[in-house]
Amino acid sequence: MTAAVPPKGTGPLARREARLAWGLLFPTIFSVAAVIILPLMSIFWISFKPIELADLRPPAPVVRESLRGRPAAAGDMAEVEYRLRNSSQQEVISGVTLSDAWPPGVTLVGDLPEGCDLTGQKLFCDFGDIDPGFSDRFRVEVQVGQAFFDWGGDPEDSEPVVTGSAQNVLTNADFTLENFHRIFDGGEFWSVLGVTLAYTIFGTIGALVVGLFAAMLLNREFRGQGVLRGLYLFPYVAPVIAVAFTWVTLFDPTSGSANELFVRMGLTDTGINFFGQRPLALIMVILFEIWRYFPLSFLFILARLQSIDDDMYEAADMDGASPFQKFWYLSLPMLLGILSVLFLLRFIWTFNKFDDIFLLTGGSAGTRTLTVNVYEQAFAVSNIGAGAAVAVVIFGMLLLFSIFFFKFISREEGL
Amino acid sequence: MTSLRQGRFVAPIIGILWLLVIATTVAVAMSFATGAAFRPALAGSVLIGAGLGVAALAVGNVWALIGGGTVAAFLLTLAGFGAVQVGEGVGLGGILLASVLTGIGAGWPLHSMLDGHPVGDLTRHEFEEVVIRFLTGFGYVFFTAIVVIPFYVMVMTSLKSQQALLANPLDFTVDLGAGWDLFRSYRELFQDFHFGSYLWTSFYVSVLTVLITLLFSVPGAYAVARLRFTGRAAFSRSILLIYMVPMIVVALPIYIAYSVTGLRNTILGIVLIYPVTTIPVSLYMLQGYFRGLPSEVEDAGLMDGLSRLQVIWKITLPLSLPALASVSLYVFMIAWNEFLLAFMLLDDPSKFTLTRGVAMLNSSEVPRQHLMAGAVIATVPIMVLFLGLEKFMTRGLTAGSVKG
Repeated sequence: MTAAVPPKGTGPLARREARLAWGLLFPTIFSVAAVIILPLMSIFWISFKPIELADLRPPAPVVRESLRGRPAAAGDMAEVEYRLRNSSQQEVISGVTLSDAWPPGVTLVGDLPEGCDLTGQKLFCDFGDIDPGFSDRFRVEVQVGQAFFDWGGDPEDSEPVVTGSAQNVLTNADFTLENFHRIFDGGEFWSVLGVTLAYTIFGTIGALVVGLFAAMLLNREFRGQGVLRGLYLFPYVAPVIAVAFTWVTLFDPTSGSANELFVRMGLTDTGINFFGQRPLALIMVILFEIWRYFPLSFLFILARLQSIDDDMYEAADMDGASPFQKFWYLSLPMLLGILSVLFLLRFIWTFNKFDDIFLLTGGSAGTRTLTVNVYEQAFAVSNIGAGAAVAVVIFGMLLLFSIFFFKFISREEGL
Repeated sequence: MTSLRQGRFVAPIIGILWLLVIATTVAVAMSFATGAAFRPALAGSVLIGAGLGVAALAVGNVWALIGGGTVAAFLLTLAGFGAVQVGEGVGLGGILLASVLTGIGAGWPLHSMLDGHPVGDLTRHEFEEVVIRFLTGFGYVFFTAIVVIPFYVMVMTSLKSQQALLANPLDFTVDLGAGWDLFRSYRELFQDFHFGSYLWTSFYVSVLTVLITLLFSVPGAYAVARLRFTGRAAFSRSILLIYMVPMIVVALPIYIAYSVTGLRNTILGIVLIYPVTTIPVSLYMLQGYFRGLPSEVEDAGLMDGLSRLQVIWKITLPLSLPALASVSLYVFMIAWNEFLLAFMLLDDPSKFTLTRGVAMLNSSEVPRQHLMAGAVIATVPIMVLFLGLEKFMTRGLTAGSVKG
């Protein structure tokens, strides 16, 4: 009899479990790959492409058919007109062909244009290459017979079919470094980076400090604590678009209540353009960020505070610790873990933030961050390639943060 | 330092600082409520604050403090030295109301801050206790003000007319005589700007997002939480990594892809993409919860002949209903509030979601009160959900890490 040994490797049960696990994960992996990973990879491709917003509509031949001459009776003459044009002003379209089915009773009288051929009632033309901005008319003289009127349909119902192929900027092998040149050119990039870092650092720290203060306030039992906690979460729960526009309305230079209040209080004589002048706009945007996200840090810090054991505070009381000493030597060290995790996460998310600044200032008056710059380059300047290049820069910086983050958070959370 | 930590010094200083807080609060509140000019003044605050501070040490009766504060505020205001000064056109009633508010706001908190402390040396504990009470009081006033004022302005602006707003931006008094006409902006939004259909679009897009998200993330979360397979640790980490990718970076290629395939300007395109932005969060939240469930119950189910999928359906899901509620609410909130993708991918006014519809109102041709009415319409449903189900919502927010 052999001695019992534990099985080695993966047994059939373990394999089945792993198969089931991957099966359950497949929908998630698939969708995330399709919507997040694939676009992320394509952004690198696009950033090396000389592509503009207009290039998204690929060049194509366009044709319009019309029957002219209003034939009224059998034997009347008429003209079939085809108007062919190239939708692009830059690209040549090659191999352009046109095929169209003529209604019954229509017979050819004059000459066909060059490259065209009529078999039965089927017209087929081969125009070869057409130049950028090409637009021309072809007319064919025809005679209309009785069969046409018997048929009774509208000859313009049968759409002519055109084919043709053109270079597509998205897929051809045309690469350029122009996009990166453009975004790193001049001092603009560095000022954008500076604004981004100022926004991120002050916004994150501000939200943390204010959140810590709010958590301290609510970390005691009293009537109405639940109500206040709910109230203080409002800024975060409300749609960003609603609160951002409210801030814009509130701080409007001419009809804003805040300005009116300041004027009445004698703090200022004329309206202050809060979101329109440097560096006030940046300060306002940072204040908005703090205002909107302090609820989140406060929620986390409060949860951590409430899980601290009371015994410790009792022991500290016995030892005669004063309230500030208890905060400084007991609460704060206990909160250090959650505070640093919150700082790292919020740092990254503030860095990624787009909506808030876009809605408040649109990136004007010295508030253009990297994320807003993506939008500006791609849609305001219509240069998608340059926008993608900025996105690549953002992604690179995030990768750096993430490496740091995971080194750190793995220790904190034990992930 | 020790010599300064005496009741006779600390009390007036705390009193003055608190009076400044209260005077500012009362002035702002009165201005917003009546539209007239009120402003806090240093001289009056110092006089009343110092007096009340010292009095709070000696007088134990809170009503005496409130009464004294009110009378002092009223008389000083009439004499032109009040803590809250009034501009022209404020009647005696307004002054009286402001004085009473100042009296209550100053007397009562100062009583609870300073009562029972000696006039002479304070111990370190007593001194810090006073400071902490002052900071606590300041905190409540400060946070309530910064949260309430914007929402107050939002709601009140939506009820005003353009002329009234331009004439006096501070005047938020509502003319109740106007009756239903007060809600004119709302009526016009629903009649002329199709807000009814936007509301419906937002609603069903959000609900679909929640359903699809749960459908995808429940099995995934279960697999990560319970099943053993190689790559599990790496997988649960990369979930977090995914949700650090900024939306704008992904939105650009998606915009291109949608333009080429014709999915732009379709609700289908939006419904395809919203759930993917929420699946990672939801998976992360749910796997944390599933791990906390006792696996013995599931093992018992397996022993009794259920398959894994049946175990998930019949045992795990019913046990995790609270977590599912939290996740659903959280995902609903994200989808409802989503702005960037809707803004980039939808141009056709007949297919807007609510947030996109509100963004459309931000133009110089649309009056401000319409914009604010739109903001209110977008905010109210999510607020009702939040207040009604706050327990679940708060848990969802906490578990959802710090997605923003």
